[in-house]
Amino acid sequence: MALLEVKKLTKAFGGLMAVNNVTFKIERGEIFGLIGPNGSGKTTTFNCINNFSPITSGDIFFKEKSIKGLKTHKICHLGIGRTFQVVKPLSRMTVIGNVTASAFCRVNTIKEARDEAYRVLDFCNLLKEKDKLAKSLPIEGRKRLEIARALATKPELLLLDEIAAGLNLSELDEAIDLIKRIRDKGITILIIEHIMKVIMTISDRIHAINFGQTIAEGTPQEVANNPEVIEAYLGAEYAQG
Amino acid sequence: MKAKKITLIILGIVSLIFPLVIRSDYYQHLVIIALMWVVIGSSWNLLAGYTGQVSFGHAIFFGTGAYTAGIFVTKLGMSAWWGMMFGGIVAMVFALFVGWICFRLRGPYFALATLAGGEIIRLIVTNWESLTEGMMGILIIQSFRSKLPYYYIALTLAFLCVFVIYLVMKSKWGYYFVSIREDQDAAESMGINTTLYKNVSLLISAFFTGMAGAFYMNYMAFIDPQVVYSLHYISIMAILVGIVGGVATTLGPAVGAFIMVGVQETFRSAFFGLAPKWISQAHALVFGLLVIFVIMFLANGVLGDWGKIKRYVFRIKASN
Ligand SMILES: Nc1ncnc2c1ncn2[C@@H]1O[C@H](COP(=O)(O)OP(=O)(O)OP(=O)(O)O)[C@@H](O)[C@H]1O
Ligand SMILES: [Mg+2]
Repeated sequence: MALLEVKKLTKAFGGLMAVNNVTFKIERGEIFGLIGPNGSGKTTTFNCINNFSPITSGDIFFKEKSIKGLKTHKICHLGIGRTFQVVKPLSRMTVIGNVTASAFCRVNTIKEARDEAYRVLDFCNLLKEKDKLAKSLPIEGRKRLEIARALATKPELLLLDEIAAGLNLSELDEAIDLIKRIRDKGITILIIEHIMKVIMTISDRIHAINFGQTIAEGTPQEVANNPEVIEAYLGAEYAQG
Repeated sequence: MKAKKITLIILGIVSLIFPLVIRSDYYQHLVIIALMWVVIGSSWNLLAGYTGQVSFGHAIFFGTGAYTAGIFVTKLGMSAWWGMMFGGIVAMVFALFVGWICFRLRGPYFALATLAGGEIIRLIVTNWESLTEGMMGILIIQSFRSKLPYYYIALTLAFLCVFVIYLVMKSKWGYYFVSIREDQDAAESMGINTTLYKNVSLLISAFFTGMAGAFYMNYMAFIDPQVVYSLHYISIMAILVGIVGGVATTLGPAVGAFIMVGVQETFRSAFFGLAPKWISQAHALVFGLLVIFVIMFLANGVLGDWGKIKRYVFRIKASN
């Protein structure tokens, strides 16, 4: 059975349909890509899944139970972690402080939370930055901190929102490696990404939207060859040069 | 680390023997009041400095604690010391209500809501004469003639308050409070029930502030709404104690309490009678100037910017 099922999801901001009747299912263990041009409603979809903003209509099922209307922190406890496209470091806390605070999602004592934070920072290659203030990290470090903080809540499903944006080529390879290692831990991943190199190489399946509506779904090959996707997404990018 | 420990031990010894060495009622009184402000300032700091919810209404909890103790005497015929425990608890009940309403708002809107809350409660207490004696205030008989018992009670309360907050900040709750201050949305996505933990912080803060208010009733033996629910003398003073000493530091508010009580007394007494009397009227102005000075030059407070102060003093010494 699907781990996450998004059913006829609709989100309106006033008259603007940011997400319009979108449906998809994510199976356990897969990396599921969500693509679409700027402003097509990808981040809004994430915000609806963890009830960061309430949905207008439709429903969302996690492990076959509706999570519609649950508080954001409850959804995190159920096992859905997320990162933010516009990163939200806890600026005046240390890197390890950020992750420790997050680890308390599953444990109660300082020692357990610290130990978990060490493990996660090591996993994300952030251990040498652990005592720096979060605000002193460069953008690439902040993106990894977002991931580390989400991982520390021990999610079964991880939502990654453009974690590769703004990274250079070697950093990109590291990011791809990190995502694969997360998948190998048995965590299911829903990922938004603009960079084709990333999304096409790691996704098992891809769902494409434009103006809030589904235009295609399938393997990376199928989606990349879909005429609507080429026109709406790749076309626009090629046209821009 | 070691120097810090030694400083703390010396501080402890000095605070224990102070009233035995300095026998002057006047100085003992000032230190008792300063210790009371250590409690209020540290409590304010827990909510505002650590949790990021800047309150302009701590008089709500102080006044409520004071009136609880007073009403224990006038209406229940019990000792006002009973009111000390209950002062904290009743202040927590009020805090539940304040939190329920004000935490719907964020940032400056929260601050304004608490400010309004303080003024509303002051008016209610002023007008509910059958319970509070209104503007007449409540007068009780002091339990002790000597200042010594009051001194040690205030010292115990101040120590407990600072120590409990220190322990809280070292726990899961502490991490949660600071996460909420840094980014409420991120905190919520990390699984933190931000509404619940903002209320937890507020409740602890209100409890100690209410105890301080009840202590004030016992010690001063007279309260009226203009004093204990005062925006200026309580709510704003709590903020000053916090920011002058250093927000989000363990001992900052304690340092701030002594500085602010000192400044207040210096002006109230017109520089101990040395300056013309009108100076004492200007103390609100001086408070304002002090705040501007601290924000401009010591944004992290005296304790938070201690390194900066030391460097500056050394530079002056070196150039001499
Ligand atoms: N809080 C909001 N209020 C009003 N409109 C919003 C809000 N959030 C998003 N929108 C609008 O909804 C649409 C979808 O935005 P969204 O952020 O989901 O796009 P996106 O696919 O993530 O784009 P990008 O690739 O640029 O990140 C946009 O037109 C955006 O302006
Ligand atoms: Mg987006």
